[in-house]
This record gives sequence, structure tokens and C-alpha cells, in this order.
Amino acid sequence: MPERSIGGIRKVGHRTIDGVWRMGVATRFFLLTLLHSGICLRRPHLVIREIFSAGVLSLIIIVVSGLFVGMVLGLQGYETLQTYGSEEALGILVALSLVRELGPVVAALLFASRAGSAITAEIGLMKATEQIAAMEMMAVDPIARVVAPRFWGAVISMPLLAALFSAMGIFGGYLVGVVMIGVDDGAFWSQMQSAVDFREDILNGVIKSVVFGVAVTAVALFEGYDAPPTAEGVSRATTRTVVTSSLAILALDFVLTALMFRGV
Amino acid sequence: MERTTLDLWVGLFVVAGIAALVFLAMRVGNIGTFDTAKTYAVTAKFGNIGGLKVRAPVKSAGVVVGRVGEIRFNTQAYQAEVVLNIGNQYKFPVDTSASIMTSGLLGEQYIALEAGAEEKMLAQGDDLKITQGAVVLENLIGQFLYNKADEPTTPAK
Repeated sequence: MPERSIGGIRKVGHRTIDGVWRMGVATRFFLLTLLHSGICLRRPHLVIREIFSAGVLSLIIIVVSGLFVGMVLGLQGYETLQTYGSEEALGILVALSLVRELGPVVAALLFASRAGSAITAEIGLMKATEQIAAMEMMAVDPIARVVAPRFWGAVISMPLLAALFSAMGIFGGYLVGVVMIGVDDGAFWSQMQSAVDFREDILNGVIKSVVFGVAVTAVALFEGYDAPPTAEGVSRATTRTVVTSSLAILALDFVLTALMFRGV
Repeated sequence: MERTTLDLWVGLFVVAGIAALVFLAMRVGNIGTFDTAKTYAVTAKFGNIGGLKVRAPVKSAGVVVGRVGEIRFNTQAYQAEVVLNIGNQYKFPVDTSASIMTSGLLGEQYIALEAGAEEKMLAQGDDLKITQGAVVLENLIGQFLYNKADEPTTPAK
């Protein structure tokens, strides 16, 4: 009996040490990426290529989901607001919920599953097919050549995608609220403008999306670089990227919201 | 993919993203509504500010002429001291009165300025002498009940 319980405690200790060790490796990897970012300035085309694969290729899913989220917000918001006879506040509801929360968070979640998983799979496969080892043999630093451009490409894309998501969502809310249901056009925009503050709401939303972009990309890059070089290892790493970065987005969102919006 | 097409797509993407940000800032947010314009600050003391918030609008005749800059508690007068930032293009007489109003039944609270008749205009750092605080619903109900109790009772049917 004591043997077994000691074994259990030992397992807990092993897990803890393992977790802390992995976290340390991930932090070192992240710092190393930042340290080797100089190449992105010397060869900007590497970054442009990554903006294409992370940002441009995610455009369709971001734009379409933004539109639909906004339209649903318009419908649901109208249903609730009309009970209080304040349909004109629909603009405020749609704009604030999109700019503050849904824009950065949902765009980041989509980004994690669309671009984050692709980054992990790509780097994991590069490792499995020994391309990374080959680079090292040729004295090309894989972190500078492969990892850093992907990091900056994705970090630049994320706030742009979130802004597009919010703008499309507000347009969707406008379509449903004003064009379809018939809320007053002027009241929709003017109430929105009086309630949405540039610094408090829009800038904080942009800050959130930058933080999420860094988190998602750092997780995706590390998982790819750390993946066991087998088919199963890559598939597991891809799954872990999506799960870990989604959880990180939601947890970070809570922390950032608590810091930013304290209700004056 | 060819380099020029790639550049074109990335360029389009970046321009669209920045355009979305500008749209959010100009059309959705309140940037450009004389936020950046020059203002002068006057203070007003209120017995009760109710739910007035910093950045709440200051209106005169329903037109927004400024915003609430700061709200603090004056420990000498035991009153709330509100700093109003009023746009430089709006000049008010020194005997202007300020009262805290609510827009709509459940709307946000704002400060309404009622212009006075003096020749002298308000300047930076001046005090508004005539103020009326927010209406507290509980007091109103209390007053109503008190008046009700005073009325002669109607004869029972």
C-alpha cells in the first residue's frame, strides 16, 4: 500500500517537473524566435509570404463568419431590445459586443484553427522529413529562416483579421437591423458612435487581438517544432495547438477584459 | 505562387485590414467628433451626481457641446465636483446653470447647460454657481407618498 501511494506521488512529481520543463523550453524557444527576428527586416519577402498563408488565406472564413455573427447579433439583439422598446440601441449592442469581445476572440479562435494548425503541421512535417536538420547542416539557422518569419507574419495578420471581422459583423448587424427589420438608420449609427469610444473600446480590441496573435502563433510554432517526427506525432501536435491556443485565448481574454474594463 | 501575385494579395489584405480599422474608428467610434478639438474646463458642484460618468456628454439645448472630464469629491463642501470640458467654439455666460438629466427613461445621464443672461463669458477654471443635482428616484417616490398622505381622503364608495 505505501509502495503504491509513493508511486502515485512520484508520478505527480514527474508530471510537474515535466510540465515546468516544457514551459521553460517553450519560453526559451519564444525568446530565441524574438532574438532571431532580425532576418525579417533584412528579407521582408519571407514575412510577406507568411502573411499570405496566415492572413490572406484566412480571409474568407473570417469575413463570412464575421458577417454571420453580426447578422445573428442583429436578430437576437433586436428580439431582446424590442421587449424594452429600445430597438435603436441595436447599433450599440452590435458594435460594442463585436469590437470589445467577439471580434478579437472569435477571429483569434478561427485563426488558431485555420492558420495555427497549418503552421504546426507544416513545421512538424518539415521536421519529420528532416528538412530542418538539413538546414542546420547547411549552417542555415532554422529558427531565423523558418520560425521567425511565420511568427511575424501571423502576428501582423491577426489584428487586421480581427478588425475585418468586427467591421463585417457591424455590416451584418446593419443589414439585419436596418435593411431587413427596419430599425431607424440614423439612430443605429449615431447611438453607436456616441457609445463606442476609440481608445476605450476600439484600441483595447486591437490590443487584445495582438496579444491573441502572439499567443496563438507562439503555441503553434512551439508545438510544431517540438512534435515527435512521426505521422502520429504531427497529428497530435496539430490537435494540441488548436486546443491549447483556444484555451489560452479564452483565459487571456478574461484577464485582459478584467484589466481593461473595470466599469470606470 | 508568383511573387508579384503574392505581393498583390498581401497588399490587398493589408489595405483591407487598415480600411476596416479606419471604418471602426471613424464610423463606429467617436473619433473626429471634436474630441481632439480644444476645450476649456469649468467646474460645477452638485449635491448628488447620481450615475453620471466621466466622458458623459455636456449638452445645451440638446446639442453636445462638451464632455465630463473629471468627477471628484470635495471634502470641504461635501459635494461632488465635476469638471466640464467645453469646446472652445461654445461660449456661455457666467450665470449659466448646469443640471444633471437623464436621456430617456433608462438612458445615460448627461449635464444640461442653460445659458444665462450675463454679458461676461465663462473662461477656463471658472465655477458654475447655479447647479441642480440628479433626481434620486427614491426621494421622488418618498415625496410622492408624502404628498399623497397629505391629500384629503376621498369618501369611501
